[in-house]
Amino acid sequence: MKQGALLDVISLKKHFQGPRKGFGGRAVVRAVDDVSFSIARGETLSIVGESGCGKSTLGRTVLGLMAPTEGAVWFDGWRLDGLARQQLRKIRRHFQVVFQDPMSSLSPRMRVKDIIAEPLHNFGLASGKGNIEGRVAELLDMVSLPRDAMGRFAHEFSGGQRQRISIARALASNPSLIVCDEAVSALDVSVKAQIVNLLSSLQKKLNMSLLFISHDLAIVEHLTHRVAVMYLGVIVEIGDRELIFSRPKHPYTRALISSVPVATPGGKSNRIVLTGDVPSPINPPAGCRFHTRCPVVFDRCKVEEPKLRSVGSDRRMVACHLEGVSENQ
Amino acid sequence: MLLLDVRDLRISFATSRGLLPAVHGISFQVMAGETVAIVGESGSGKSITALSLLRLLKEPDTRIVGEILFKGNDLLQASQTRMRAVRGDEISMIFQEPMSSLNPVLTVGDQIAESVSLHKTVSRAEARAQALRMLVQVGIPAPEQRMKEYPHQLSGGMRQRVMTAMALVCEPALLIADEPTTALDVTVQAQILDLMRELKARLGSAIILITHDMGVVAELAQRVMIMYAGRKVEEASVADIFARPSHPYTIGLLGAIPRLGSSSGPDAGKPLTEIPGVVPSLREAGKGCAFAPRCTFASSICFEVTPLLKVIDADHTVACHHSREALAA
Repeated sequence: MKQGALLDVISLKKHFQGPRKGFGGRAVVRAVDDVSFSIARGETLSIVGESGCGKSTLGRTVLGLMAPTEGAVWFDGWRLDGLARQQLRKIRRHFQVVFQDPMSSLSPRMRVKDIIAEPLHNFGLASGKGNIEGRVAELLDMVSLPRDAMGRFAHEFSGGQRQRISIARALASNPSLIVCDEAVSALDVSVKAQIVNLLSSLQKKLNMSLLFISHDLAIVEHLTHRVAVMYLGVIVEIGDRELIFSRPKHPYTRALISSVPVATPGGKSNRIVLTGDVPSPINPPAGCRFHTRCPVVFDRCKVEEPKLRSVGSDRRMVACHLEGVSENQ
Repeated sequence: MLLLDVRDLRISFATSRGLLPAVHGISFQVMAGETVAIVGESGSGKSITALSLLRLLKEPDTRIVGEILFKGNDLLQASQTRMRAVRGDEISMIFQEPMSSLNPVLTVGDQIAESVSLHKTVSRAEARAQALRMLVQVGIPAPEQRMKEYPHQLSGGMRQRVMTAMALVCEPALLIADEPTTALDVTVQAQILDLMRELKARLGSAIILITHDMGVVAELAQRVMIMYAGRKVEEASVADIFARPSHPYTIGLLGAIPRLGSSSGPDAGKPLTEIPGVVPSLREAGKGCAFAPRCTFASSICFEVTPLLKVIDADHTVACHHSREALAA
């Protein structure tokens, strides 16, 4: 385990059984295929990538909501994969999750105070009506919801407010890590900014780590410390925010960043438009998985899979055969 | 040439609790060949406005008043037969979710050819030939093969291309695109945006682009209308909207978008501008400016008198009592 790391994910694989293929059994969907990274205390790592790249599966596997096919997940000294359910349950209070759609992740039948108090009961963190209500009120304050929200139901709130309820619930057990799976993607622009600011300030105040899973590159750049770019189940580039966004090296990272429409009229000139779609993770291309769409592909890419390795400094790793992926571009 | 002239359009829904107004009298014009973006958050009335242009709202339940003059004729007075002739031929529409707007039991080729057969007196073979040419134009690889396939066999980006092909096969004078790229991944979104620009240049159709993404607006539109709570609050050329936003809501909206490059720019680490509060629900409509409760410039007049649109510059109108202060701030 790395020095000072809160979460250490080592060679994690998550494969699913795919559709039947003739008499030969089932195909294998390689949703996450050998992914390693770590998160320090108080740090935000964002996982970015397009739909189907495995970023949500990765988040769920890290949380122990799915058992990994191979590999290890170390969290604060515990090895999570392979832990018995009972033990995992006890440790769960230290890592919580906020999902994309607050309407389907909040019970429609529970009052807000019961939703937020549920982790307190589950983990035995508070007892007695007064104590619990006090803690719930404190949590509502932290996410800037009025105290009278306690007696109401989730459907009485707008999308942004529901997401605040989800965050309050995640914070209830004082976790050291929160996984945000597309936590702001479903929100309107003006509300999205509120929730992004809330997450950033809570993180600083409580010194939590965040694993922020998103496809929205501009939001990610705004709030993260480090970024991992995923493509078809593997990390193709990982490193510090400034390096990745100002000088992306992997051809996929470059295309991804250049594809984002910029809100400045006439501001974009050098867009790299990739041809085709993301291939299926059932039969990922041999060699480098990106070679079918890569604008700078060459022979070696089609046969040999590039490994992640440090480039320039140890603050960035890239998986691409084009070494010397020109420093100045 | 003036193509579409919408005058004082009011839309309300009949509900069990009485009429619910959703659009409170908006007027706008679209010139031939022009791209106009309608920007707003959920509940602003932008999609309803788009649907009403083609009279796609369920009519007994909605009340539409005003005039929709298309090439000088009021579509609101047109018969259903006339509307069927207009839809798909003179005005066509691209919807956000291609999976739910394509027919799952017809092949792609049949669906595109259907649109041709409905509007033109051509043979079946000629209709299919036109469909095929359109598939080539929207950049679908192996178009002959794709003609025989069903929507579920295509990826999201390909489905959106098919939708685009279907909308454009009759070379409409006006194309309404309702969030055409919202459901797509960024690299695919870049492809579709390029495609729309290219087709517009080739076919000369005017486009009404409904979106909440200011990046897409900057890339495609010439003129922008900002909507809030069923009203047009600001309209200007795309350059003016970004350079001199004059409605506090527009200013807030532009400030709330995180931009790429934020980590290395002068604003690194600063929180996003928030618009406090939430978008009002349709039922909350009271008197005065709908944005007043969330506005930093609001004074007593804002809660009493609904501001009218006023011209502040050539081709720049804004509905705000304090636009001068807002622009200066």
